[in-house]
Amino acid sequence: MSARPSTFAERGAAEVGSDKAKAVGDGARHLTEKRAAAVVAYPAMDAMRDRAREIRLHTLANLDTYVARFADAIEALGGHVFFAADAAEANDYIRGVAETADAELIVKVKSMVTEEIELNTVLEADGRTVVESDLGEFIVQLADDRPSHIVAPVLHWTRQDVGRLFADELGVPYTEEPTALNQIARTHLRRIFLEADMGISGVNFAAASTGTIAVVTNEGNGRLTTTAPRVHVAVMGMERIVPTLEDVGVMLEVLGRSATGQSLTTYTNLITGPRKQGDPDGPDELHVVILDSGRSTVLNDDVSEVLACIRCGACLNVCPVYRSVGGHAYGDIYPGPVGAVLSPVLFGFDGREQLPYACTLCGACLEVCPPRIDLPRMLVNLRERVAAEGDAFSWLGPAMKAYEFTATRPVMWRGAVDGASLAGKAKRGGWFTRLPGPGKAWTAVRDLPAPSRQSFRRWWKKNHGA
Amino acid sequence: MFIGAQPAHSSQRLSLVGVEAPGTAQLFVTCIVDAFYPQVGRAVVDVLESRGVAVEFPEYQTCCGQPAFNAGHRKEARAMAAHTVKVLDATDGPIVVPSGSCAAMIIDHYAGLLGDDEELAAAARRVGARVREFTQFVVDDLGVDELTSSASGPVTFHPSCHGLRHLGLGGYGERVLDQVGVERKPLVAADECCGFGGLFAVEMPEISGALMDTKIDHVEATGAGTLVGYDMSCLMHLAGGMRRRGTPVDVRHIAEILTDEDES
Ligand code: SF4
Repeated sequence: MSARPSTFAERGAAEVGSDKAKAVGDGARHLTEKRAAAVVAYPAMDAMRDRAREIRLHTLANLDTYVARFADAIEALGGHVFFAADAAEANDYIRGVAETADAELIVKVKSMVTEEIELNTVLEADGRTVVESDLGEFIVQLADDRPSHIVAPVLHWTRQDVGRLFADELGVPYTEEPTALNQIARTHLRRIFLEADMGISGVNFAAASTGTIAVVTNEGNGRLTTTAPRVHVAVMGMERIVPTLEDVGVMLEVLGRSATGQSLTTYTNLITGPRKQGDPDGPDELHVVILDSGRSTVLNDDVSEVLACIRCGACLNVCPVYRSVGGHAYGDIYPGPVGAVLSPVLFGFDGREQLPYACTLCGACLEVCPPRIDLPRMLVNLRERVAAEGDAFSWLGPAMKAYEFTATRPVMWRGAVDGASLAGKAKRGGWFTRLPGPGKAWTAVRDLPAPSRQSFRRWWKKNHGA
Repeated sequence: MFIGAQPAHSSQRLSLVGVEAPGTAQLFVTCIVDAFYPQVGRAVVDVLESRGVAVEFPEYQTCCGQPAFNAGHRKEARAMAAHTVKVLDATDGPIVVPSGSCAAMIIDHYAGLLGDDEELAAAARRVGARVREFTQFVVDDLGVDELTSSASGPVTFHPSCHGLRHLGLGGYGERVLDQVGVERKPLVAADECCGFGGLFAVEMPEISGALMDTKIDHVEATGAGTLVGYDMSCLMHLAGGMRRRGTPVDVRHIAEILTDEDES
């Protein structure tokens, strides 16, 4: 997660209007429509969102208790729990598990947290083969690409792109028919599931009282990954916990609807411990890795509620900035408004100073977020942190000081307004089309009307003033 | 705080201020209207006076401080909030603001910004309770029945984000236009941000421009000759974009649609 060479504004400017960004925009709008339809069809949605918020905030406020309870439950079931302070500790532990299991082939089900710790790279460096089994992640891996969305990793791909990739890389005849493409991936992956020595999954939710792990997918790959191989490693951020299995139910009610407009994802796996005596299937070993990696720091600051996020992606889909630049411009695995909050606080502000500014504060994300996380408010909070350290844009600090100086001195302010009117008088034609200096960025994409020859306050003084 | 669209909440608050006889209203004109679009301020005065409201203009008003607040420059925003609160708290009656986002700034953020000073925070709450976005004042306080317009249309209406989501003004502007019989073409994806975003427009101009182009595409598709809104900052950005593209669509504040004043 090193600092990237360019800023968000530069990366975004490079992406706007690209085929990739257009595909993301179309996909995101489509997902937003599906969510809206699902919400209309489910009158309890608002109440469920309130309930989800309560559960998430209650858990965060008592996280130590619930994490401990969850760990005890897993151990009582015969599973292993490892607390990882950071990505390196998590990766080392999982490397050790793979080593002990002599796992040459590892199959994975889509998980944001393993992307976050860059687990694949580490395991591959040890000479192991890691195969992503989610169709989207499979495509990303095959193409050596990066996900652009937390739920739909290849939202920036078209069906045609996928058809060409499969024809080139898997030697199958070209098709762009989604079912056929799915089938190709399934056939390819089936062998992997059966041969894999180890399965790695993320965790959508973990119930503290029972030690149950919920892993949801739409392709059934989660079930195969977590049951077919001998060893199952589940990796989770420490904030994935909820108190009870019933609470998991509440989360699932809002997750599917918010993410894809489904009342429930196609496959919901509730995994309670490794295979017990008499169980027909399931892994012999279950390892649960609980990752902190900056989360306990966030828990104590003014954006702690972002940890209530259930990774549904609704805020990405509805965000006009995300729709225009796509996911890669954000530079990290968490894009969109939630990423603009999460990435700087988890991975550091260095090189990410502009992320909190990647937002018009339109408020659309707050309207759809299931646990009603106030991302716009948090982005402003993070801007305050950036500004205190020396601004994401060099002109911003001096400009705000000069502006405040004038705006708190009414006579000087009147002078500034009069000055603008003079500029307006001098400007023939009424519009600026190419301004130098601070106006340059404005006229880069749009014209600027000249100020009026007579300000409102001058008019008022003349017509109403004493 | 920013808690999304809650129209019921805003009208409850309105009834606290004696809405039957508005009497005198204060005009907080906003800096964009003052310097760039004074005709909007004049139109607001016109509409209010024609409904029997005496308008006052506190002359020491400057800017609400929203740009500094949104940029994370809290200290500067606080100073501007303190100034504005002092100016407005010394006046009486509803405070009418021809901008959803400036109104939302005062209502949603002032008390918090001034939280370190109990007296100022109390004044901020008093002021916040009196602030009305113009359309909100017209619909909730004055009533739409006697409104008229000489405009014929067709127009289309863009509900700017802060009015829509902070103040819960969904449907207000459309209702006013429909009431006065101006032909209105529905705007596709009307609730999607136009890309202005205050300083965002100059911090990330290409991205802002991409959002703007999407909005202008939708405006063009309506075939309307006029784009009406309640935030001149968004409309200034869109007008500049439409001029750059050669889109023959004018922008008007909704107050301008409700008055006979010739544009100047
Ligand atoms: S912040 Fe809210 S809307 Fe965005 S991914 Fe998380 S839960 Fe979903």
